[in-house]
This record gives sequence, structure tokens and C-alpha cells, in this order.
Amino acid sequence: MLHTVNKSPLERNALESCLKHAVKGSAVLLIEDGVYGAMKGTVKSSMVEDAMKDISFYVIRPDLKARGIDESRVIDGIEIIDYHGFVDLAAKYDKTQSWL
Amino acid sequence: MSKRFLYVNRKAPYGTIYALESLEVVLIGAAFEQDVSLAFLDDGVFQLVKGQQTDELGVKNFSPTYKALGDYDVNKIYVEKESLEARGLSLDDLLPLTYEDEDDDWAEKDSIKLVSAAELAEIMEAQDVVLSF
Repeated sequence: MLHTVNKSPLERNALESCLKHAVKGSAVLLIEDGVYGAMKGTVKSSMVEDAMKDISFYVIRPDLKARGIDESRVIDGIEIIDYHGFVDLAAKYDKTQSWL
Repeated sequence: MSKRFLYVNRKAPYGTIYALESLEVVLIGAAFEQDVSLAFLDDGVFQLVKGQQTDELGVKNFSPTYKALGDYDVNKIYVEKESLEARGLSLDDLLPLTYEDEDDDWAEKDSIKLVSAAELAEIMEAQDVVLSF
């Protein structure tokens, strides 16, 4: 399953709840304000780093750029993708769940 | 007689309309020559992160507008230290916001003041009007 998260983990629990319910082998795509969850050095970074053992993480590049988050600030191992990569993920996984 | 106005900003830019709406209200309010302060805390500190490029998103990058606030005598911009630290950010990551001090031979000074949550609480208490975004 592909999970998308569009809320900041520093304001809402959407990412936290997503990670609690995402099984091994699934993917999490961070979009819109969800991209703050891809940042290194925040109080939520370790939660994501722990989950990366079982789950693939992706983040949308234009959403990072809009918010002034340089790619060097993204947690190592999170794949930075463009919109066509979003389409590829949606096609690859049988279902998508949006954590709003 | 002028009143003390504080605009409290707690939302990230772009994901919701709060940040842009706040900025517009601040600019409109600046025309009324009140004593204006801005506070940035929680995800609101993300509004001031430098290097924002929104061209691929198709929305307006309004972050350069914060640099104009000094020209409108809006030069008390309080950023909460705890909120920055929780997000792995420091003052160096923020837009350099300055104003020219007319009481000091128009010397260029920093508008951003880093304050603790306890200091920000005192600043909030000292206001006549608090507007929240």
C-alpha cells in the first residue's frame, strides 16, 4: 500500500498515525506540509528514521523547494521525487491511503 | 492614541492560507500607525525560512514580502527559540529582516528577535489586541 501524508508532523499526528498503521513493505510519500517530516534534526526525525527499516519513504521535490528546505536537509535514505514519480508510485502499489 | 497589536503566526506557509492572510492583514494594519509586533512560533517559524521557491507549485512566493515590513515600521518580529530548535533550525536559516532606525541616524538593525517561550508569554500579556493566525 502507498500512504500519502500532507500534514506537518510538528502540528498534527497524521504521520505518526500513518507509521503506526503502515505494514512492512509499504511506502510513505510526503507531500505538501507533510514534507516537513522528511527533515533531519527535528524532534520527529527519529520517528521517521526508525520506520525506514521496514518502509520506503519518498518526498516531493517541488514541495520541498517551495518551503525553502534544501535537499541536504532531507534525511538520508528518503528518495526525492517529482510528480511523475508520484504517478509511478500510485501505479506500482495496489491501493493508496491518504492521511489528511 | 495608538494601541499595541500582536499578530501571532503558528502555521506553515502554503499548506493553508493562514500565513498569507496574516501578512496581508499586517500590511493593511500598518497603514493605521499602531504599535505592531509579530510573533512566529510552532510551525509559524517555517514562514520565515529563506530560499523559498514556489515556481513549480504555481502559487505565489510571498516570503520576499516579509522583507518590506521594515519599511512599514513593523520591526518587532519575535521568533520563539524553542520552536526553531524543535525543527532543527537556527536564525541563519531565516530571512534577514532589517529596518532603518530613525532614532539612531537610520542605522540598519535586525527586526528579528529570538525569544524564549516564557519571554513570548510576557510579550503577549503586554498587548492591547492579539490577532491569531
